[in-house]
Amino acid sequence: MTLALSTQTTGRKRAAGSRWLKLAALTAALVCLPFLALLFEAVQGSQGLWSHLAASVLPKAFLDTAILLAGVGILVASMGTGAAWLVTAYEFPGRRTMEWALLLPLAVPTYIVAYAYLDILHPIGPVQGAVRWLLGYSSPREFRLPDIRSMTGCILLLGFVLYPYVYIATRAMFLTQPASLIEVSRTLGVSRNGVFRRVALPLARPAIVVGVSLALMETLNDIGASEFLGVRTLTVSIYTTWVTRSDLPGASQLALALLAVVVAIVAAEQYARRKQRFAANAQRAGGSIERQRVSVPKGLLLLALCLLPVFVGFIAPATHLAVEAYTRLGYAGLPVRFLANISNTVIFSAAATIITLLLGSAAAYAARLHPGAPSAWFYRLATIGYAAPGTVVAIGLLIALGAFDRTADQLASSWFGFSTGLLFLGSGAALLYAYSTRFLAISAGAMAAGLSRIPQSLDDVSRMLGETASGTLRRVHLPLSKTALAASGLLVFVDCIKELPATLLLRPLNVETLATHLYGEAARGTYEEASISALMIILIALLPVIWLARVGRGEHR
Amino acid sequence: MDRPLPADPMLQIAGAFRRFSEEFTLGPLDLAIEPQEIICLVGHSGCGKSSLLRLIAGLDRAERGSIRLDGVELAGPNTFVEPEERQIGFVFQDYALFPHLSVEENILFGLGRLPRPEAQKRVADMLALTGLSALGKRYPHMLSGGEQQRVALARALAPKPAVLLMDEPFSNLDRDLRDRIRQDTIDLLRKTGTTAVIVTHDPEEALSSGDRVVLMKSGLIVQAGTGRELHDRPVDRYAAEFFCSFNKVPATYRSGHLETALGRFPCRLDLADGSSAVAFIRPQAISPSRDRTAIAGSILRRSFRGEIEQIELAVPGNDGALIMRTTQPTEGDHISVVIDPSRVLAFAA
Repeated sequence: MTLALSTQTTGRKRAAGSRWLKLAALTAALVCLPFLALLFEAVQGSQGLWSHLAASVLPKAFLDTAILLAGVGILVASMGTGAAWLVTAYEFPGRRTMEWALLLPLAVPTYIVAYAYLDILHPIGPVQGAVRWLLGYSSPREFRLPDIRSMTGCILLLGFVLYPYVYIATRAMFLTQPASLIEVSRTLGVSRNGVFRRVALPLARPAIVVGVSLALMETLNDIGASEFLGVRTLTVSIYTTWVTRSDLPGASQLALALLAVVVAIVAAEQYARRKQRFAANAQRAGGSIERQRVSVPKGLLLLALCLLPVFVGFIAPATHLAVEAYTRLGYAGLPVRFLANISNTVIFSAAATIITLLLGSAAAYAARLHPGAPSAWFYRLATIGYAAPGTVVAIGLLIALGAFDRTADQLASSWFGFSTGLLFLGSGAALLYAYSTRFLAISAGAMAAGLSRIPQSLDDVSRMLGETASGTLRRVHLPLSKTALAASGLLVFVDCIKELPATLLLRPLNVETLATHLYGEAARGTYEEASISALMIILIALLPVIWLARVGRGEHR
Repeated sequence: MDRPLPADPMLQIAGAFRRFSEEFTLGPLDLAIEPQEIICLVGHSGCGKSSLLRLIAGLDRAERGSIRLDGVELAGPNTFVEPEERQIGFVFQDYALFPHLSVEENILFGLGRLPRPEAQKRVADMLALTGLSALGKRYPHMLSGGEQQRVALARALAPKPAVLLMDEPFSNLDRDLRDRIRQDTIDLLRKTGTTAVIVTHDPEEALSSGDRVVLMKSGLIVQAGTGRELHDRPVDRYAAEFFCSFNKVPATYRSGHLETALGRFPCRLDLADGSSAVAFIRPQAISPSRDRTAIAGSILRRSFRGEIEQIELAVPGNDGALIMRTTQPTEGDHISVVIDPSRVLAFAA
């Protein structure tokens, strides 16, 4: 037997394996770029400007942000945990439906819920009108409900659409707790009601923390709701500092302050979760918690309790938007630019999804092919964008890509005598960049989770059978993790469609997406014009929620 | 074994060395494997046998030394052939069948370089050879453990590897199934003339499976030879005890003999007269006897195991119980035994 081997082919194959590592390194560098640019610009900023910001904008913005975070945090923690416990521990009519229905508000972006309720609760809107009719008042001057445009209103509305983050995590935790834990605590003299406080709640704490921190990141990311409702958070301040004052150094300084808040939340989350390992170890044998049957009146009460967040967070705004959209369609047909907006939205989101899946997979696959410190760092850096608010990423990219665009334009003008215009910012490439930076953690996480379920021996045997690293990815890993990847692709796609702040800041001139169109109409006070866009976003955002509901039911049947 | 041996070994490992941690290094190792030879690499877990297999496969790199396959250097100071280029087959302990591919597609996986019809024919041949023809369309999760093992074997053999490496290929099988599958596998390797290295931790499997057994300990080769050689003439206590449990009786060396409480046994030890030594006496070397020179003992415990009976004996002058295994039926609480001196091993104390 003769073996035809040459060192030349050997060199080529080795390069193929390390190509993934290089791609992961490039991904990490690209993700870090906007943050570094932010830091650079903030340090460059003039001293005088900063002291003005520090004195006039920052204290109010910080205070409002802190109050909003605290309020939303408490609200989502109690609503999410409470709902999760009700559907886990009690058997009542409609419980199975409520299990997935409680997820529905996830499909309503914060700016849409605010936008819908501004209209629903308007002094001459349906709710206040009905209340006045019931009480016998004839005009808003005689009676009106407290204005929704307030800090309280903002906390309530954000809480009612963000609680599912806590609900999902906590319910999963409750479902994996063995019944024996509950049973043993009862033999030790804890009453049925005491079980929640003394056993279930402490066990679920890590999950609650995860859910709350996700909800808080969404709160920090929010720009539409806080702005519509008149709450001047840091995020809103960053946006207005750039858009109305064109003060990029100031905006980047505020963005850094916002990043500090994000880091604090992440640190608090890590600290609160440090014992999760024990909780995870404890969840081995035994069936899950047995649900308590309750009397019919009590069952109806529990159903009503579960229905409340679903109604406020989903049914009411969605119904209102559907009615508005139907009316709008009835007297004026589709808005002029509606189809263009939809195609812009889908094209940008789809392109960003493909990039995100590709780079996320590269980061995860490189970590598997080359285990060790470098690939682990590339992975970590590539996924830091998940916690960064869209505004922060957008300001960072405005700085970095703006500088690049200017340089390219100058070089082209002086060397070739023509202008390139804004290569990145003008083409929408910057928007794709921002989406990918923010959502890379979703695809990379899904790929890493998918890969971790595949035994290393499959990689080895594939190579022993003559397949290269890339061929193994194509023939073994992708087919085996395609469900997880598809699901993460769907999540990324929908997140791109819902994304507002970065889209507002980075979209090319004259390009509107569904989200920015909605924002524009709301800013002009012409709510009904955008109801169709809002409804479209909700319908698209329902797709991953439906998928999530199916997965949740399949696993625990 | 009357095969003509060519001049060059199929696989030659020279001075292979790899440091895994402060505590564990592999090698330096030398090993030559002849064409069509079946080698059993055996040792306790953590002895480095699987690590050696991964070095040969190219799944891991040696720091020093070289590995040559049929005269071509696979790994050396300036060479490293990637695993996919080595033409070496590998059967993993967990079989590593691709769960998303059918049996046929699994076997086809490594045949990408063949034209399609030829590859299909090879798949059919391998299915027939392993008795899996009826299961080609099934998926791995629909197969029994034994069937999965055969698919893994068929898949590894399909590309006609120069050498087949098998890492604990039978350890996931039930005991009664294991012997049969092992025999079938060895027969198949012989039929296809495959050079193979089988890793196992089971002494019995090692002795019964290959042409040669290579015993490893702490990353080094203790002894290599036929099963008979390793069993009957182990180079040290470790090798001896790996394949058999012994009665260890203290002894004194004197003029070519071991003097023990149980008698004198001839031996070849390079020791000064009067040095202390140990006699390793196989339980099977002790048998009941009515001879007048026999040693009288009282039975402490019997455990009947079907074919044989294990008896623990108290014998005057010997500390602890003397363990014997015999096929002969015995009765009563007392018994006289003789020891076959040719089956007593001697080691310095």
